[in-house]
Amino acid sequence: MLLERLSEAHGVSGREEEVRSIVLSEIRGRVDDCRIDGVGNLIAHRKGTGASSLRVLLAAHMDEVGLMITLAEDSGLLRFAKVGGIDDRVLPARTVLIGPKKVPGVIGMKPVHLTDNAERNKVVESRQLVIDIGASSKAEAEKLVQRGDTAVFATRYRSLAGEGSAWRTVQGKAFDDRVGCTLLVELLAERFPFALSAAFTVQEEVGLRGAKVVAYAENPDAAVVLECTGANEVPTPLDVSPSTRVGGGAAITIRDTSFIADPRLVELFASTAHRLGIAHQFKQPNIGGTDAGVIHKSRAGIPSITIAVPARYIHSPAAIMDLRDFDATLALVREALQSLPQALSSQGART
Amino acid sequence: MKETIKKLTECFGPSGHETAVREAILAELPRGLETRVDAMGNLIVHRKGKAGGWRLMLAAHMDEIGIVVTHVDARGFLRFGNVGGVHLLPLLGGRVRFADGTIGAIGVEKTDDANKIPGMEKFYIDVGAKSPDDCPVRVGDVACFHRTCEERGSRIVAKAMDDRVGCAVLVHVLKDLKECPHDLYVVFTVQEEVGLRGATAAGFSVEPDVALAVDITLTGDTPECAPMAVSLGAGPAVKIKDRAMLAHPGVKDWLLRTAEASGIPCQREVLVMGTTDASVIQVSRAGVPSGCLSIPTRYAHSPSEMVDYGDVQASVRLLLGALAGPIDIG
Repeated sequence: MLLERLSEAHGVSGREEEVRSIVLSEIRGRVDDCRIDGVGNLIAHRKGTGASSLRVLLAAHMDEVGLMITLAEDSGLLRFAKVGGIDDRVLPARTVLIGPKKVPGVIGMKPVHLTDNAERNKVVESRQLVIDIGASSKAEAEKLVQRGDTAVFATRYRSLAGEGSAWRTVQGKAFDDRVGCTLLVELLAERFPFALSAAFTVQEEVGLRGAKVVAYAENPDAAVVLECTGANEVPTPLDVSPSTRVGGGAAITIRDTSFIADPRLVELFASTAHRLGIAHQFKQPNIGGTDAGVIHKSRAGIPSITIAVPARYIHSPAAIMDLRDFDATLALVREALQSLPQALSSQGART
Repeated sequence: MKETIKKLTECFGPSGHETAVREAILAELPRGLETRVDAMGNLIVHRKGKAGGWRLMLAAHMDEIGIVVTHVDARGFLRFGNVGGVHLLPLLGGRVRFADGTIGAIGVEKTDDANKIPGMEKFYIDVGAKSPDDCPVRVGDVACFHRTCEERGSRIVAKAMDDRVGCAVLVHVLKDLKECPHDLYVVFTVQEEVGLRGATAAGFSVEPDVALAVDITLTGDTPECAPMAVSLGAGPAVKIKDRAMLAHPGVKDWLLRTAEASGIPCQREVLVMGTTDASVIQVSRAGVPSGCLSIPTRYAHSPSEMVDYGDVQASVRLLLGALAGPIDIG
């Protein structure tokens, strides 16, 4: 299964090669042309039916949050830096895989026997942590791992809950945004009225860097960003909504911290979902940001929207999502895109 | 021009929802100008120049700060987040207005410490709904603060003076402009308060030789405020620098020279926080010599932003003077 392979692939920001080669082998044959640009984005084109003269960009980012090795101590323990947004609290005692050789390691943590109460109630900052690959010296460590190598959480993809569950729950790392990459590969099997630019972008997690050059180079008439977004359903005493809900269907962004979705596109996706009875929800405003943040203000301005599959515990070693939400998102994007040219030509919807 | 200020400041226009402001501006513009609305909603007004003139961009933003609804609870109360930089202090007892005219009162949860300002998550909006079904507002709807525009003497106080006063100044520059050799693009931008987004796109499409933003700046003339050498009523302020830009020295001098030659009082602005559309236009494409003419404003980003009418009139005169002849930016 493609999502499983992409989830387990290594692709910390700046080192997306493994993800890119999987995507490349999947889309060859489905696209008219493709290229890898100067910063590593994979951009493919697929002609439309000719019914519309528009060019539409669909984008999903290949990179994931992770760690980068900065130094081998004399003891052979490795210092590291975080790449992208990771909460220090999720790091201690995790297993990781480092570099192209996928060297296994453990993020070290003092055992409970040796810590006092005060220590146990404090978060250890990531710069005080080390990765232990079992090497006995600096020289031995440097034979296995180079400074600048990146590390990912050693998490296998698997199904949870199983037969009889209403949900088709899966667990894995890097759903953000291998889910979007998988959606985009699937969508490349479709024929749309417009010419399609499909961009698998790099370095989203460190500042939307890949998408910035994609938007400039492709100069599309509209853009749809395919994402995996956070759901937080840890119980709270107050009646306030989580960002999104797992099992609630495709999440439509109205506004987040990086952009305001074009109201015509919000209306297109919401009305398509409504018309076809596709499960959907609106992501709570003002949370997070995506590649749309740089795409929408590229060149003279590009009407943009983000559509996402909700997942719990993103940016941690193991996220959880419901494949029914994935299917709903795929169905929604596939259907809504057929009417995108008409939606954009309606001027009245801008409020 | 007071009527323009009143009309524009009372418009509904939180970032991303500038339609009403754009329509009000279009209704005020003199005839015979080329206008278009770009993909982001920026209103771009073009006044053709003569051979040898420069391509000049003047920008003022249409959007204002406000709130966005993030949750409707089981009893019909609304939780909300900020649209742009919203101060917490003026929230309690304030009122907001939604696009459909619905008015909401802002309340706050009980607090343990009366001396501490609660975070935005402790505030809520009551639109008089008795349940979610009775509530006319949905998650994602935005509202502006609800205030009328009032005046006393030369002072005018209103919500959204930031930056409808700049829009009003540019509308009146277009109305009163006689001779101007320059190819003039007056851009009323969107989404300034959430990250200068409209101006980023407009700067690219207009591709000007020189650009000016017309926006508000803070003052240092109120009780126990942070020191700043700008006062209300002492004339418009020519920007030297703010948090995100150093004004092009030639552009700054062009404005200061014009003020001096025309006997228009003006001040020099060094703003330690905040910035304007000029900061992104300046780095658009291969770079644009840019500056900013600022209108001193008290209580910025509150529902009661105050300007001096003399400063506003002087801003129009200064711009008319600057546009009348050749531009020398050194």
